[in-house]
Amino acid sequence: MEIKLKLNGKVVTGHVQPDTVLLDFLREKGCLSVKCGCDTSNCGLCTVLMDAKPILSCSTLAVRADGHEIYTLEGLQEEASEFVGFIADQGADQCGFCNPGFVMNTIALLRENPEPTDDEIRAFLSGNLCRCSGYDGQLRGIRAFLDSRKN
Amino acid sequence: MEHKDYSAINKSVRKKDAMQLLLGKPVYTNDVRPKDALIVKILRSPHANAIVESINTKGAKLIPGVVDIYTWEDVPTTRFAIAGQTYPEPSPYDRLILDRHVRFAGDAVAIIAAETEAAAIKAMKIIKVEYKVLDAVLDFRTAKDNPVLVHPEEDWFPPCEVGGDPKRNMVASACDSHGDVDSVLDECEVVLDRTYHTKAFNQAMMEPFTCYSSMDRYGRLHVISSTQIVFHTRRILSRALGIPKSKIRVEKPRIGGGFGAKQTAVCDVYPAFVTMKTGRPASITYTREESQIAGSPRHEMEVRIRLGATKEGKIRALDLYTLSNTGAYGEHGPTTVGLSGHKSIPMYTGGLEAFRFAYDVVYTNHQAAGAYRGYGATQGIFALESIVSELAEQLGIDATVIRDMNMVKEGMVMPAYYNEVASACALDRCMEHCRQMFGWEEKYPVRDMGNGKVRTAGVAMAMQGSCISNVDVGSATVKLSEDGTYNLIIGAADMGTGCDTILAQMVAECMDCSVDDVAVFGADTDVSPYDSGSYASSTTYITGKAVEKACTDLKKRICSIASDMLNCTEEEVVFEKGCVRHIETGESVSLTDIAYKTQVFNTKPAEATATHTSPVSPPPYMVGMVEIELDKLTGKVDIIDYMAVVDCGIPINPALARIQTEGGIVQGIGHTLMENVTYDKSGKPIESSFMQYKVPTRLDMGKLKVEFEHSYEPTGPFGAKSIGEIVINTPAPAIAHAVYRATGVWHRELPITPEKVAMSMVEE
Repeated sequence: MEIKLKLNGKVVTGHVQPDTVLLDFLREKGCLSVKCGCDTSNCGLCTVLMDAKPILSCSTLAVRADGHEIYTLEGLQEEASEFVGFIADQGADQCGFCNPGFVMNTIALLRENPEPTDDEIRAFLSGNLCRCSGYDGQLRGIRAFLDSRKN
Repeated sequence: MEHKDYSAINKSVRKKDAMQLLLGKPVYTNDVRPKDALIVKILRSPHANAIVESINTKGAKLIPGVVDIYTWEDVPTTRFAIAGQTYPEPSPYDRLILDRHVRFAGDAVAIIAAETEAAAIKAMKIIKVEYKVLDAVLDFRTAKDNPVLVHPEEDWFPPCEVGGDPKRNMVASACDSHGDVDSVLDECEVVLDRTYHTKAFNQAMMEPFTCYSSMDRYGRLHVISSTQIVFHTRRILSRALGIPKSKIRVEKPRIGGGFGAKQTAVCDVYPAFVTMKTGRPASITYTREESQIAGSPRHEMEVRIRLGATKEGKIRALDLYTLSNTGAYGEHGPTTVGLSGHKSIPMYTGGLEAFRFAYDVVYTNHQAAGAYRGYGATQGIFALESIVSELAEQLGIDATVIRDMNMVKEGMVMPAYYNEVASACALDRCMEHCRQMFGWEEKYPVRDMGNGKVRTAGVAMAMQGSCISNVDVGSATVKLSEDGTYNLIIGAADMGTGCDTILAQMVAECMDCSVDDVAVFGADTDVSPYDSGSYASSTTYITGKAVEKACTDLKKRICSIASDMLNCTEEEVVFEKGCVRHIETGESVSLTDIAYKTQVFNTKPAEATATHTSPVSPPPYMVGMVEIELDKLTGKVDIIDYMAVVDCGIPINPALARIQTEGGIVQGIGHTLMENVTYDKSGKPIESSFMQYKVPTRLDMGKLKVEFEHSYEPTGPFGAKSIGEIVINTPAPAIAHAVYRATGVWHRELPITPEKVAMSMVEE
């Protein structure tokens, strides 16, 4: 079946099967930042924004995106660039495989709650697994970004 | 201790790939594979031990899009091992690409190559296999001399003599000792005899196993793999496929985490075989389920310790026996077990009069184990640190004080560590530093919070190595470019650890340039100088030293070229920032001029390659302390604080060393509290997805605090030792200690789940 959606600001059409998941559709369309880590909606690596809300693209059928607006990290480079340097300064990027999902969900967090507490950050991002960093470096990075915005 | 003012060393420089990774650029195996690559899928055995009686692929091959299906009848008959180890490998050659005898639930039965994943999965469903199901060995305590043999075949081959005997289900067996442990134990006033059990935890790196291959423009097999071991993988593929190494090129792009999982060539042979058969690009990416059930997890071990001490708490004798479960194949079996004793007992060198360390490694019909951060030390340290805390609690001595009394100190000879001298050891300072930072005195008493919850604390120490002594080899090539910048080419594998960056920091320090002026490339068997690969905590210590040596050689060469240009001898010039200067005349030539000179009528290369190895493996040391809150009703354990102080020599990049430590601690918390490995009746792991195998989220690890105590390791680059593995070793024994303090029950098996804690209090 044909679907039509807005992907990173551009209208895109595509032919999908009824069981095609959004993750595969997006990678097919060149959005290779979207990663698959678990197949069971547990790791958060495949997080994208649908109508500005974070969703797991591994457990969303591509047809569900028909008529909607999707953003992947490819489309939010500028917004991401504002804060990811602070994560890099902590060395918390590490292997990087979880970074796109983590960055997407952090963008969603900061849009919804521009001045989150540490506990609010932890809670909002709890679905984004990272096996390398131990999470605290990511938190320090976000905190450093928020502090820099105040000054 | 040596203190120097460094320009690039001991600086928290951003990782060279940081912005690429954080902005989601396509840099991983699955992002760079050709779009027309065949999709490779593996049909796996549902039985733990069975013979494939017949396999019918005719119908499956007719499915549109299926290119071919291969079975045991189609593959070479030379056995090989997939462990990434230096030749001759201690791991036995006990595998075929596809074997008629399948040895665990998940073992490969057929390789399917198709144009699409959908076609491959459809084919997988209609291949007809008839199995003769055999009895299986599913409890490693019954494996030795079991009538059921995991490897009855006659062509089982051990490249090294490590005490294995497949007719007894044995992969390795040995014993090491110093002094008369039995007679010292007889004399001891206090003797504890305890047995500890750890499970086959999964690395659960976020990027599953993945690899693709194609024929290159010269008709050679080109393998791009998410691997820590490009050179070993080339050797493994050469033997498995029966083709010369000159016909194989192995390269790694960025790696989405390894932790040792990718020190085994888990999936590489399948697409490589398909490419050899079809001539087409072929790719495989394991599902998370495959990564969980057919990967290369930690070796399950049971460690029995007899500890002898005086009633004042002086530890006099340690007798340690480890039984290790290597699973269906022997990868890393003979070597991981060694660390359970050799990297635990030396921590108590202080007053130790005698030790004995014996082990057996057995085959079972579980998935094959492999290398996982800590590599046996983690298991041994859980056991030894637990029994030392048991001793302290039994004698009523503070668990940190009993360690002060017995720990290894700088300058001591360590009989349990191949008689190496603790040349750089700040373990005593780590303990004192951590005690103060953590507030041990206030936190370790058991405090009733008045709501059914109690708070208390636990402690543990750890050590590891900095390489495999007398084995590991690291190399580096450093080249000068025309603008005075450098290229660093390595065969070590940055899997997210940041080694590309810290090695570049070393170049910058040696060549007196900025880290930005050093471009790094690794790793590619066609391009990189030989390196064993990134494992055994060796990259900073071994490859780092090779970098230092290469820079020294390169500086000499640059000076030689410059002295020709300045019409003087090499002794009359000096290498300075960006130029070489004639000491007397002050005349200088820039690196740019020197580099251009090497491109015209020249015989002197402006590059150098150096190789390093080490007869010693200086241990890093660490102390970890945890404060927990335990709910006595539900048995749930919450981590409040985890604090640690690490002696990794001089940290080359403190930010990255800190993140390594924090990440290792959280993995250790996962093994201790939530990551379980259980099996169904067929022997298949039940925790086959992240739905069931619960790795810690950011809500599960409390607050971390990590600091460093510097020592200066004279054999390491800029005084450095290692950091990568040691960091996973303290959580299990520290948390088990705290849980004992909260409940009065010692948990000697991991993980310590709420159910176990709650039930143990009912039983009490």
